[in-house]
Amino acid sequence: MALKIVKGSIDRMFDKNLQDLVRGIRNHKEDEAKYISTCIDEIKQELKQDNIAVKANAVCKLTYLQMLGYDVSWAAFNIVEVMSSSKFTYKRIGYLAASQCFHESTDVIMLTTNQIRKDLSSPNQYDTGVALTGLSCFVTPDLARDLANDIMTLMSHTKPYIRKKAVLIMYKVFLKYPESLRPAFPRLKEKLEDPDPGVQSAAVNVICELARRNPKNYLSLAPLFFKLMTSSTNNWVLIKIIKLFGALTPLEPRLGKKLIEPLTNLIHSTSAMSLLYECVNTVILCVQKLRILIEDSDQNLKYLGLLAMSKILKTHPKSVQSHKDLILQCLDDKDESIRLRALDLLYGMVSKKNLMEIVKKLMLHVDKAEGTTYRDELLTKIIDICSQSNYQYITNFEWYISILVELTRLEGTRHGHLIASQMLDVAIRVKAIRAFAVAQMATLLDNAHLLTGNTQRNGICEVLYAAAWICGEFSEHLEEPMATLEAMLRPKVATLPGHIQAVYVQNAAKLFATVLRGQEGVPADSTVAQETSQLLIDRLPLFVQSSNLEVQERASCILQLVKYIQKLQQKDVEVAEEVTALFAGELNPVAPKAQKKVPVPEGLDLDVWINEPPSGSESEDEGRKSKGKAVFAKEESRHTKPRYTEVDEKELAKRREVRKAEQANNPFYIKASPSSQKHSVSKPNPSPSFSLRLCHTLTHLLWMPMSDQYVKLEEERRERNKADKKKKKDKKKREKGEKGHRRRGDSGPESEEDITPAHMVDIVTEEMPENALPSDDDDKDPNDPHKALNIDLDNCPLMDYQVVVSVIFENKCDSFIKSMEFNVLDSLNSKLQRPDGAGPHDGLIVPFQLPPGISNEARFIFSVQNIMMPQKLKGTLTFIVKTDDSSTHEKLDFKLHFTCTSYLITTPCYSDAYSKLLESGDLKGCSLKLEGVNQPFHHLLARICFHHHFSVVERIDSCASMYSRSIQGHHMCLLVKTADQTVSIDAKCDEPGLLGNVLDEIKLTFSQC
Amino acid sequence: MQFMLLFSRQGKLRLQKWYVPLSDKEKKKITRELVQTVLARKPKMCSFLEWRDLKVVYKRYASLYFCCAIENQDNELITLEIIHRYVELLDKYFGSVCELDIIFNFEKAYFILDEFLLGGEAQDTSKKNVLKAIEQADLLQENRPRQFFFLSAQLTTEKPL
Repeated sequence: MALKIVKGSIDRMFDKNLQDLVRGIRNHKEDEAKYISTCIDEIKQELKQDNIAVKANAVCKLTYLQMLGYDVSWAAFNIVEVMSSSKFTYKRIGYLAASQCFHESTDVIMLTTNQIRKDLSSPNQYDTGVALTGLSCFVTPDLARDLANDIMTLMSHTKPYIRKKAVLIMYKVFLKYPESLRPAFPRLKEKLEDPDPGVQSAAVNVICELARRNPKNYLSLAPLFFKLMTSSTNNWVLIKIIKLFGALTPLEPRLGKKLIEPLTNLIHSTSAMSLLYECVNTVILCVQKLRILIEDSDQNLKYLGLLAMSKILKTHPKSVQSHKDLILQCLDDKDESIRLRALDLLYGMVSKKNLMEIVKKLMLHVDKAEGTTYRDELLTKIIDICSQSNYQYITNFEWYISILVELTRLEGTRHGHLIASQMLDVAIRVKAIRAFAVAQMATLLDNAHLLTGNTQRNGICEVLYAAAWICGEFSEHLEEPMATLEAMLRPKVATLPGHIQAVYVQNAAKLFATVLRGQEGVPADSTVAQETSQLLIDRLPLFVQSSNLEVQERASCILQLVKYIQKLQQKDVEVAEEVTALFAGELNPVAPKAQKKVPVPEGLDLDVWINEPPSGSESEDEGRKSKGKAVFAKEESRHTKPRYTEVDEKELAKRREVRKAEQANNPFYIKASPSSQKHSVSKPNPSPSFSLRLCHTLTHLLWMPMSDQYVKLEEERRERNKADKKKKKDKKKREKGEKGHRRRGDSGPESEEDITPAHMVDIVTEEMPENALPSDDDDKDPNDPHKALNIDLDNCPLMDYQVVVSVIFENKCDSFIKSMEFNVLDSLNSKLQRPDGAGPHDGLIVPFQLPPGISNEARFIFSVQNIMMPQKLKGTLTFIVKTDDSSTHEKLDFKLHFTCTSYLITTPCYSDAYSKLLESGDLKGCSLKLEGVNQPFHHLLARICFHHHFSVVERIDSCASMYSRSIQGHHMCLLVKTADQTVSIDAKCDEPGLLGNVLDEIKLTFSQC
Repeated sequence: MQFMLLFSRQGKLRLQKWYVPLSDKEKKKITRELVQTVLARKPKMCSFLEWRDLKVVYKRYASLYFCCAIENQDNELITLEIIHRYVELLDKYFGSVCELDIIFNFEKAYFILDEFLLGGEAQDTSKKNVLKAIEQADLLQENRPRQFFFLSAQLTTEKPL
């Protein structure tokens, strides 16, 4: 026997430990996966042994493997075993493994509650320490709820080592279990003045984190923090406090003034850059200091300087604008992060005056930029800068359009659609620019081959979408509509993505209408118009064959229309008017938020099924079908199912048939392969793509009006304007001068208002639905976990708890009752919660009226401080009784009885936790005997459960243990026994007063039956 | 702080500590993405980058990259300081630490980190305190498990049949 054990131990000596494993992995570089899989097999064997040392070793190795990316979730239970070891050596390893491997959905976490509780209260501070550390990584809402009290106690532990850990972990607990914040807060506040600096800084940490999210609840702590800030010398703590004040100052402007002095002291005295950065960040008062940061050769400081500057920009744009030179310089930096930061800053710095200049610089950078990501970033920034706040800074839209057109030169950009949407937006909203835009777009269409190049995926071809639409919609501005129409129907178009082709086809029709009108205006030449129709009839069939359904549908529709028109034309009928009428009316832009702003009409519930959903998803249908018809046949013959499902099944079968037929007839079904494209390109155009590439830049120069020209024009125009104004001014002055008030003429820098837009730009605002609700909370994230922590901690300085009372009102008379008002005379202990702004004696309006014979329920919330005693509250209900001819005011007095039972919440409890609870010895006992109870035991238990909110933990024969918990977290345990009509109840609770009262109430329940 | 990663120049993960609960899949994805981005950066570039809605602060010490993710309002420089402080702690504990120390004693590296940071917040700013706590906890921990087996084997032989 002993020999066997010895042998086992010696075997184990040759087990791999962690170092061996690591060494092994390093020695098996070629077949690492294979080596590790044998290791995992070994570990599985080791975990099966009883020796905890072996298990711990195995778990330690698993933790390492987990880091390498191997799944070790199967060993979760073994980890718990090692955690539960009484030896610190193993416990430490177990907790480490748990903190690395467990997450919220690990189900064994449930089993750890009691173990962790035991470790938390261990006499060895390091046991407690590892438990707290581990818990900080895998705390779940359940663990937080169950352990909140234990951790709260630890906050007052004698050892600072434990105190600081407990304080820090409370933050995690608050996040998971927000209810714990209120009871824990007073103690947390106390810790701000803890003698140990570590604990103090931990408390500062936690409160700062809390306050940053919901600053208004922590305003009252400002004086305390102010004291800390002026007395502390710890940079880490100071940074946190300054951050906290940064969050508080917007709420309490007076704080700002008070802070200036200590902060400037810090800024001047500190040598720590991090602290300086924090101060500067918070005060935002010295931009000059930032310039030093940005000019520094250290890339880190440069980056942070730019970051801080962008924050200042939001509040003081003027002070930043003077550093434009520096920021433009940063655009040339080698480091992409820094360039991007600088770009962000530029966004906020533009004005009407410098927009063109800045964009010109950016365009130069676009040309120089290497790598598409940065170039794309530049492109989006240019568009952002120009389009910000409704094109506020653009004075010359012709310039902007030409910038957009120049941007289309970028090859391989992902942002074609962005440029396209800008083109569309400008063309639609700025009416004055349409003629110019249309001319530009026509050129674009004419040179489409330059944009598409030879790559289908080239994102830039998206701009053709915009170009085609603009030319079609505003075709009346076209100078040569016929040429554009021809350009839009070139065979090469068929190689564009489907959605663009669709727009081409549709807008070709619009253009056609315009062309017809022009041609019919000229008398005696009907053949020209007919030729136009013939052009469409010749070219459209290409699109009718398209694999894209949208294109196909539009093309065939329009083709038929044109054929019909041609017939009419041959009979010399004038059709232009009618064709134009097809596209009459103007499209207006709609705000992106418009849909959201439309209120849901009353009585419309969008979540309700209009028709019952079909009984299964498509894939299920297919599955059933493959199984054969037996399933249906059976169901139908039995007629067990309700009628509507039967119809559904038939309907489904029918639909399937139809779908199958459809698929069979549709030549485009399963035609995603590229071979289908051969279809559409009937005559592959011999496109000389490389020769075109060569002259790429050259042609651009020829056919694009360079935006620079516009910059120049604009400058000249401004000069002229200025001169004009000056003339006027001078004139005025002269007039004044005659009166004797001559002043020196000033020629200071032109101010923002002096620049007038080139032409009266009529920016059409986006349409909003008429009944839109003004809501500003469009962008609040409802899932933010910090929202739950928004608890007002000042209004209720004492811990108090809520009881919800639901009251059923029944109208027993024959008259109509309305305007009910519910009021209760508050006691010191229990208060009715009234809405904000209501006085302490105001009643609450019951939110409904009662017709005769009707009852309805209303809920009222009471806050209660002390739950040890039952209470009675006096209250009145006032209401108006309305009869046919009169209405009278009436009053009803009542008493609200809060029993101690009403403070108990049914809480399930596991039997092992229950026995631990009893063993702990914290509970005080009390007992009760009931005689002459002649009802079955299970009735009796059910009665206690129902009336007194207990749950049964365990029941053996005529003996049962029960558990409940008060709203303040008191545990209450009952042991109920019955023999010969006598019931004895042994009860234990950590609050004897509460227990006595509950027992009295139980007694009363049984005496009444 | 949301998480801390240690990885080598070859992109091998050496240590990971997550202060937010995430699934393994998510963790792997983030790790892969970040390791790639950080390794791609040139030595002269700054230590900060914006990544998703977080800020990433990293620093290279010899062959190891220390990389932390912090929230938007957090202070980057203090995070650099935290990284540096952790390296100092490792250095003091192992005596001029190298990558191999962390590989072979990775559990120790975790213990030190856990003494220094809790739930992503620095728990003690004093190096001395942290090291003292680690040393005392180490004293509690019995000597190497291997010796322990040997002792237990001896004990069992002494038992009568």
